[in-house]
Order: sequence, then structure tokens, then C-alpha cells
Amino acid sequence: MTDPSPLWEVFVRARRGLSHTHVGSLHAPDAELALRNARDLYTRRQEGVSIWVVPASAITASSPDEKDAFFDPAADKVYRHPTFYDVPDGVAHL
Amino acid sequence: MYGNDFGAPEEASGGGLLGEVEAAEAALREAAARQRRGLPASDDDLAGFFAEIVEADQKIEPRDWMPEAYRKTLIRQIAQHAHSEIIGMQPEGNWISRAPSLKRKAILLAKVQDEAGHGLYLYAAAETLGISRDELVDLLLDGRQKYSSIFNYPTLTWADVGAIGWLVDGAAIVNQVPLCRCSYGPYARAMIRICKEESFHQRQGYEILHTLAHGTPEQKAMAQDALDRWWYPSLAMFGPPDGESTHSTQSMAWKIKRFSNDELRQRFVDMCVQQAEILGLTIPDPGLRWNDERQAYDYTQPDYDELMRVIKGDGPCNRERMAHRRRAHADGAWVREAAAAYAGKRAAEKKEKVAA
Amino acid sequence: MNGPFEFALRLGDDALIAAQRLAEWTTRAPEMEEDIALANIALDQLGAARLLLTYAGELEGAGRDEDALAYLRDDREFRNCLLVELPNDDFAVTMAKLLFLSAYQLPLYTALAECADERLAAIGSKARKESAYHLDHASLWVKRLGDGTEESHRRMQAAADQVWPYVAELFTPDPGAPVDPATLRAEFDATVTAVLTEATLARPESGWAPAGGRDGLHTEHLSYLLAEMQVLHRAHPGAKW
Repeated sequence: MTDPSPLWEVFVRARRGLSHTHVGSLHAPDAELALRNARDLYTRRQEGVSIWVVPASAITASSPDEKDAFFDPAADKVYRHPTFYDVPDGVAHL
Repeated sequence: MYGNDFGAPEEASGGGLLGEVEAAEAALREAAARQRRGLPASDDDLAGFFAEIVEADQKIEPRDWMPEAYRKTLIRQIAQHAHSEIIGMQPEGNWISRAPSLKRKAILLAKVQDEAGHGLYLYAAAETLGISRDELVDLLLDGRQKYSSIFNYPTLTWADVGAIGWLVDGAAIVNQVPLCRCSYGPYARAMIRICKEESFHQRQGYEILHTLAHGTPEQKAMAQDALDRWWYPSLAMFGPPDGESTHSTQSMAWKIKRFSNDELRQRFVDMCVQQAEILGLTIPDPGLRWNDERQAYDYTQPDYDELMRVIKGDGPCNRERMAHRRRAHADGAWVREAAAAYAGKRAAEKKEKVAA
Repeated sequence: MNGPFEFALRLGDDALIAAQRLAEWTTRAPEMEEDIALANIALDQLGAARLLLTYAGELEGAGRDEDALAYLRDDREFRNCLLVELPNDDFAVTMAKLLFLSAYQLPLYTALAECADERLAAIGSKARKESAYHLDHASLWVKRLGDGTEESHRRMQAAADQVWPYVAELFTPDPGAPVDPATLRAEFDATVTAVLTEATLARPESGWAPAGGRDGLHTEHLSYLLAEMQVLHRAHPGAKW
């Protein structure tokens, strides 16, 4: 079997009118659990918030500012995606 | 109530530690916006490029080239920090079931829960450096990575919950606020988020002690006893004195670390003196006095031999803390396996449907 | 039924004892993410307990607040159902308890939100959203354990069988109450049957149906739970915390 609890990237829309923003990552065996965990971990279950979870392995990165080729271990490892972009105002103090 | 006015008087931001966190966040944005030359000119230029970014107070990001020692130092430090959050749940968790009012029970439960969250943020930050959480957890359970020694002391009374909030979280914040400016982006951003949430932790601890110190004589004695037991271990949290600290110089050059152990320890002592006065409790140090020349308090150093003994595994609770964590991990194995098996079955069904 | 005080007390005690048990999982959950989820559910139950016990104290009019009711009553004065006081046991038992409790609390709070008593209606309106989350969480895990590995299936079936007898007490008829529990049974059965079926679990047989919690006749477990919960508060009579 592959990784029993793979990494997921979490995107949150703090409120209507804003786009989803990357807030961090987490581990879960499947999408359903990932979504629940994201709610508990990153929004402390704030209502009216929209959450996306994406398998980190499904993300393809293009980063002109980064030197993938020189990186070892391999640059396509999913856990290399930066985490913890700031949540838009209003979500930080949940 | 006891909010952001804890800071030393020279802090110009007016917001105390929380103000510093916000300033670090603003600096992060400002540095990111600043112009600098684009990509490294060639492979020979990688180290120079790295040094320039650090020099310019910009952030190193996960896929940038970095010295191997920088990566290893960060993994060790972030992992240790994550482990500390997870093991640190135990001493306080010990009092959730006996919290003396329903309000205190709710606050403590929320606080311990926050610590689990902080542990997870930090594991995720460490994972950006090319190590998996499973590996890190194994390193902890095998005793090959450490956590903060402070959590090897027992919580014997309810006042210890207050002392942990005030002193242990207070010392942690003094340690962590400069990390909001750390040169590694994911760690700096995780610390900004964590410091914002932690300010509530310190306040709740201080409030517990304040209530006890102004309560019945038995309650006040309980508070003083907790301060007596937690004061020196809290001072030891800043690590060995500068002369004996092994990792400090290089970490400072890389801007992983911004102040020396002794600088931070001094800062913590200076903050605590006035706070203890307001509590009406006595810091257990007969040598504590204001030094006009240094513009800082003279104080007695903690017992660093004791610190070394506890780090090596001979603190009062090392064995219990590790056994507890190992047991939880082992007892949960069948649940994690079930979730993985279920996910595997659903994924297989999906494939079959697509194929059909 | 002895009026709204008794009713609020039952609901409040259910929530309080459930919170106390769920909080025991802190630092012990099978996965760190689950530690956070269980604490969330415990916090919801504790929050509901505080509102209900505060209101019960006001209805009684004897000057007892939430802490007087939580910390200064003995087990014979507690009115919670037996289900919530049962020990946590393994994660499967905890999830079976949570499934049955939330499948009962969701229709209960939903009905309460429509009742004539404004305070109870407000509490019901807040708590039903939380119960929906608890039910969702429990269902998700019962499915994973039931349809996971051989071992997890065995444990989940055993847990459902072990806890099932305590369900009957939840629906003891009480026609005078703001919500008569007997009217909730059909919805409970539909919810639980659907979850168990999807989890490849057999619905346990009904037979032995222990009860008595609503009259203060508990299992041996409650007195220990209260001894721990109340020890510090009782050691310092009249103190503020």
C-alpha cells in the first residue's frame, strides 16, 4: 500500500468575497477525514468558512524563483510546498 | 485583563510581545517586497545567493538551495519544538479532569488542544525540509530526538497549571518571539501563528495564579509553592549559559537564532519581577536585585547540572512522559490501520468504476 | 417528570458527563489530529452543559450555579443516562457511545429549538449544529472501523454490542417534558441503522435494557468519575477559582 496517511494541502476561504488561501498542510488517510481535520485544525470550526483539501501529491509546482534542479532529495517531493501563508484578516484569531 | 502590557518598558511598539509578533509579520511582508537580484547566476553562486537572502532579512523557502548543516539544524530545532508541544500536553492534561470550575476546565481543555495544533503546525513546517512526520515521531519515540526538559517536572497541584501558563509559556514566548523573524520562511510563519495563539495561554496561567494569590490562605500557599518549584526549571528553559552552548554561534549567523540564551534569560527575569509583585508572590531567589549599572536584575542562575541530568533522562517524569506517548501511539495503531485500509478500499472501488 | 428544572438537569448532566469522559482522551487519541477533534467535541458538550446547568439552577431558584450543581452533588443526585458514564474503553467503544449519544442528541436539540421555553430553544438551536458535527464524526469513524481491517471490524462490532443495551434508557417516555424522548426513537433508529449498515456491522439485538440514571440510580462508574472531577473543588469549600 502507498502512504497510509498522506499529506494534504489546506485552502480556506475566510469569508464571502475572498478567494481560498493556502493555510497549511496536514495528514489524513482520505479526503473526508482530511476535510474534518482541516476544520478542526485550521479554522477551529468557524462557521461559514469554505475549505478545500488537495492531496499534496496532486500539486505540480512551477517556481521560477527556486532552483529545483539543485535540490536533493528530489524536488518533486510534495512536502516541499511552503506552508503557513497567512490567513486573511479575521481568521487569525479564531 | 493582564494583556499585552507585560513587556519591558523599552519596547517602543507599545504592544509588548504580541506587538513584536505583529512587527515581525510586517517585516516579513516588507522584506518580501524589497527588490533584490533575481536568480543565482550559476551553480557556483548558490552559497552566495543563500547568504545574500539571509543578509537581506528575506526568507529562505523550501525549494531554495541551502547548506546541508542549515537544513539539519532546522530539522532538529523544529522537530524538538514540535515534540515539546506534544509532550507538553501531558503535565497540563493531568488536571483537565480535576479542574476546579467548569470555566477553568473549558479553558484548560482548549489550551491543551491548542498545543496539539501547534505541534501539528510545527511538524508540517519540519516536513518542508524533506523529512516525514512519521520519521520524526519515530525519532521521538526512540529517544533519538529530545523535547523541552521542563515537561519532565510533575504538576502536583492546580497552581502548577497556573505556573506553567505564566512561567513556562512566558519563557517559551520570550524564546519564540524572535523566531518569528527566523530566516526560514515556513518556520517563521508557523511561529507567528503560534505566538498569536500562545498569548492567551500565558494570560490564563497568570489569571489562575492571580486568583489563587488573592484567595484563601491555602490557595495563596499553593500558588507560592508552585512558583518555588517552577522558577528555576523555567530559567533553565533558555538552555545552558552562552559559554557552553554548542549550537549558538552558527545559528545566530544563519538568523535561525537572534539572541543568545543569556540575553533571553535576562529578558525573562526582568519581565517576571514586576509580574510577581502584582501577584503578591515571592520569586525564590534571595540574590534577586536591580542592578542600576546594567539596567537589569541580577539573579541566581539555575542549576545547570540538574538541567543536564534531566536532559539525559533522569528528571522526575522522563520515563512516564515517554511511556505515555509510546502507549498512545501503540494503542492507536489498529485505528490508523483501519482508516488506511478503508481509504484503500474506497480508492480501489473508484478505480474499478473508472475502468468499467 | 418533575418540571423544567428536572428536564434541564438531565440534559445538562448528560452533556457534562459526556464531556468529562471525552476529555479523558486528551493526549491519548489514536492520532494527533483525533486528539484535537475529540477535544472539540468535549468542549461542545461542556459548553452545552454549562448553559443547561446554569439555566437549571435559575429554574430551581435555590441559588445554585453551574459549579454548585456540577461539583457539590453526589452521584445519587445526578440525572444523566448510564450511556455517558460508561468508561471510554477502546476507541471503538468511545465511537459507539458517541454515535448513539449524538444520534439521540441531534433530534432532541432540534426539537428543543422549536419549544415554547425561549432559553431552552436558544440552547437547542446552538447545540443541534454541534450535535450534527458529533454525529458526522462518529459515523465517519464507525464506518472506517467497521469496514477497515478484520481486527477493527471485530472490535467495532463488539463495541456496538456492548453499548447497545444502554440506548433504551434514552427514550423512556416522558409526555410532560418540553420534548418527549419517546418521539425521537424513529429518527434515531433510521440514523443508526444506516450508519451500521454502511459500516458492514450487524445491528445489535435488543434485550437487556439497564436504566435508572434519570432517577439517580447509576452504574458503579459514576461515583469514581465524580470523585475525580470534584476532588479539588470540594477540598476548598467556598473558594473562588
